[in-house]
Amino acid sequence: MGKLSAVWRETNHRYRLIAHECGNCKKMYFPPRDVCPICHRESIGKMKEKELSGLGTVESFTIVHDAPPAFARQRPYVLALIRLDEGPVLTAQIVDSVASEIDIGKRVRSVFRKVREDGKGGIIQYGYKFVLE
Amino acid sequence: MQLSENVFIIGAGETKFGELWERSLREIAVEAGLKAIENAGIYSKDVQVLYGSNSLGGTINAQNDIGSLIADFSGIASNHIPAIRIEASTASGAAAVREAYLGIKSGEIDCAIVGAVEKMTDLYGNEMLDHLGTLLDREWEAFFGATPAALAALSARKYMHDFNVPKEKLMSISVNDHLNATMNPDAQYRNKLTMETAMGSTMVADPLNIMDCSPMSDGAAALVMCSESFMKKNKKEGIKIMSSAVSQDFLALHSRNSYYTMDSTVLAAKSALEKSGIKHKDVSFVELHNSFSIYGLTAIEDLGFAEKGKGKQVIDEGIGVNDSLPINPSGGLKAKGNPIGAVGVGQFVEAVTQLRGKAGQRQVKDAKFGMLHNIAGTGSTSYVHIVGGE
Repeated sequence: MGKLSAVWRETNHRYRLIAHECGNCKKMYFPPRDVCPICHRESIGKMKEKELSGLGTVESFTIVHDAPPAFARQRPYVLALIRLDEGPVLTAQIVDSVASEIDIGKRVRSVFRKVREDGKGGIIQYGYKFVLE
Repeated sequence: MQLSENVFIIGAGETKFGELWERSLREIAVEAGLKAIENAGIYSKDVQVLYGSNSLGGTINAQNDIGSLIADFSGIASNHIPAIRIEASTASGAAAVREAYLGIKSGEIDCAIVGAVEKMTDLYGNEMLDHLGTLLDREWEAFFGATPAALAALSARKYMHDFNVPKEKLMSISVNDHLNATMNPDAQYRNKLTMETAMGSTMVADPLNIMDCSPMSDGAAALVMCSESFMKKNKKEGIKIMSSAVSQDFLALHSRNSYYTMDSTVLAAKSALEKSGIKHKDVSFVELHNSFSIYGLTAIEDLGFAEKGKGKQVIDEGIGVNDSLPINPSGGLKAKGNPIGAVGVGQFVEAVTQLRGKAGQRQVKDAKFGMLHNIAGTGSTSYVHIVGGE
């Protein structure tokens, strides 16, 4: 599914959680955006890169049983909506944790992990997952 | 600018929805189109434009330019009319109807055909999840393991948590769909579903079981739409499209204001009602987009039939074809089926059938106005149409 260049160009964001901050209203965006949806043209050219702490709170979660081919070996896995302390919400897996302890409101922090693999001969793709604090 | 032309549907047709292994994408598209033309009693020379609706033909079937394909095999290539494919994810169907509606309303077009098709069963197993992932934010949702069901499950868990709603209330939408589908010969699943069986069905993405999820379906649906002047000149009877509304939101669920309120649906419903001049109490039935049970429940609220968190009250009061607010008399996405690019047009076929009083056992009594709700993915786009009246 992933072509090398498409994966490579996002490594900064996926490996180091680099977000964009609007220079006008200071709101943080992850994934990065070139235009702030609040400030519109006032934000053009003013979106600045900023590294996120990787600390956040679980807003919702699910245990995925029916998984795409690239995730077949991870099944079942926990997928969550995580609100980072700086504001943005992202969609990511929670790993290395006892499933019954995961709940709405629990604190999590990001870890660097293998995210997916495109079959036997395909590239392995890395990025963020989360663990319970 | 005052647009004068009223828009009517004078013909409607669809194939059976289901696993149509022996039939190709083009065959089912043509079948629906010919049924609609036959139903309208017009000739292909009367049609000035064809809007083909399809979502994933390019990846599932490795076939693009579906507008030309449908026109060609419907035998009208040599009529040289425009034939364009409209793609708006799982809302492609309503999107195509709206394009035809706008064209006719503008006065540029007198008669249009909308032909919607999806052929999903040419893929097997979980391969389909890669294709459905293209309807999400591929880089920031699907990349990390999100599937449409997983995202719906995230909405469901948060909703159930915040409003203390038991899972059975979500599943009621599926149970109701199956009951209605027993009375619809075009439906994919015509079996009754008990709450017990549904709640015990295979887990897909906790808390959603397989019976919370709409199936993979093949299916096609088509409409002949025209201006009031065309209809009168040709002495046809039609069902009026009272209003058409669409609204947009962020693509990814994690970017939105709420995980269980689709702002796009709230805004489209408000606009559609205002433009039509009718009120909620005038709506005879709703065909809503329950690709997942949670979306059915939240749609009842977002369409304005209940406050947020109180959709269960509408369910408790009854959503069957003989109840106060019939939901999905067709059998809905869960049981009639969900051929994604065709499902929105299938809702119109049901509405036309109901408003003509031809729905047989599943006929909604004194059906006057239908509200149709078709969304893209997890709610990035919502279309709401109101049909009925004279």
